[in-house]
Amino acid sequence: MASGKGKDHKIKCLVWDLDNTLWRGTLLEDQEVTPHPDARALIRTLDDRGILQSIASKNDHALAEKKLRQLGLFDYFLYPQINWSAKSESIQNIATLINIGIDTLAFIDDQAFEREEVAFSHPKVLTIDATEIAQVANLAVMQPHFITEDSRRRREMYQSDLRRKDVEDRFEGPKDAFLETLNMVLTIQRAKQDDLKRAEELTQRTNQLNTTAYTYDYDELSAFSQSPDYLLLVAGLEDKYGTYGKIGLVLVEKREKTWLIKLFLMSCRVMSRGVGTVMINYLRNMARADGVALEAEFVQNDRNRMMYMTYKFNHFREKEKRENWILLENDLSREQAYPQYMRMITE
Amino acid sequence: MGTIEEAVRGFLWQFISDQEVEGDHDLFGSGMVNSLFAMQLVLFVEKQYGITVANEDLDYENFKSVNAIVAFIQSKQ
Repeated sequence: MASGKGKDHKIKCLVWDLDNTLWRGTLLEDQEVTPHPDARALIRTLDDRGILQSIASKNDHALAEKKLRQLGLFDYFLYPQINWSAKSESIQNIATLINIGIDTLAFIDDQAFEREEVAFSHPKVLTIDATEIAQVANLAVMQPHFITEDSRRRREMYQSDLRRKDVEDRFEGPKDAFLETLNMVLTIQRAKQDDLKRAEELTQRTNQLNTTAYTYDYDELSAFSQSPDYLLLVAGLEDKYGTYGKIGLVLVEKREKTWLIKLFLMSCRVMSRGVGTVMINYLRNMARADGVALEAEFVQNDRNRMMYMTYKFNHFREKEKRENWILLENDLSREQAYPQYMRMITE
Repeated sequence: MGTIEEAVRGFLWQFISDQEVEGDHDLFGSGMVNSLFAMQLVLFVEKQYGITVANEDLDYENFKSVNAIVAFIQSKQ
């Protein structure tokens, strides 16, 4: 049966063994291997839930990849580790490459030896006997608290990020020339009901690119989105490699003569894309059009200096300060152009 | 070692294609650069010249152009 310490954690990635787990038979010995009857359905179910999947298999990489492609399954797996190393090492590599905690991994294998080897090095990894395959989808740790459009596309987004990084690393020339090649489209819209779960998730998960780290739950966000006194904006980004999903959130309290930005955050995945400047510029233009002043709260911590700079370099000045809490006001008289490398869609 | 201006321009070229950018050209106002650039620019100034850039130094006026950056570095040395 499934075992591992810290089992109450939701699983973010299931790591598969291949021989006699994902498929029946041993690739290097048998003429033909066929997928386990429950494997394909499980792979798709978890993928739909936004649970990532990878592989730790002792096999010939080229051969196994070819087989997985024939089966139409290869693209479901991120950073497959198909080699002759210890599986504990493969599991560590996967956690590092995806950049998630090792306690959010589960590992399914038919061999007790392999499960124990992994459990010995990584006691927090949930290990699952391949005979339990039919029950995996029903495990509580395999049920996300909620599923958003972004979580359904999670694997796809990781894969487009990989393609982007690869191109970016090989790109010779200045950053702006690279950004030009991406054909980015930024969408800024009022949060709709569908966006609220993702908005809640963003307030809880985003630490670095977050001006105040105020967290709001679904019901609070829902109330803001319907209130005439607040403006709750969600930003989405895509480029020629695919979507980044919903990557930014702004909460503005609309007072009579002043708009106050309570929260402004962005996903780290768009750190070098210039989204922050564009969003602030958009708010400045809106405030100007409404004839109101624009202010922003900032709560300084040891991780969000970059957002302070984003404010300061976009014409905000400190107005009031109490310990870590800072109130900034914007000089709306300064005009700023939108960058040429990004197209905007707004309401 | 070259001048401060050469070093600043050398840094800028990692980010912007326009190698002839005027000393007074407003880098941020023209939408040429983003906040990652700002962050790296500040880190560059801190590391290269051993300057600590405090919150009150993180001002648009100190970083808006090649000339402004050079003047800021000189004022801190």
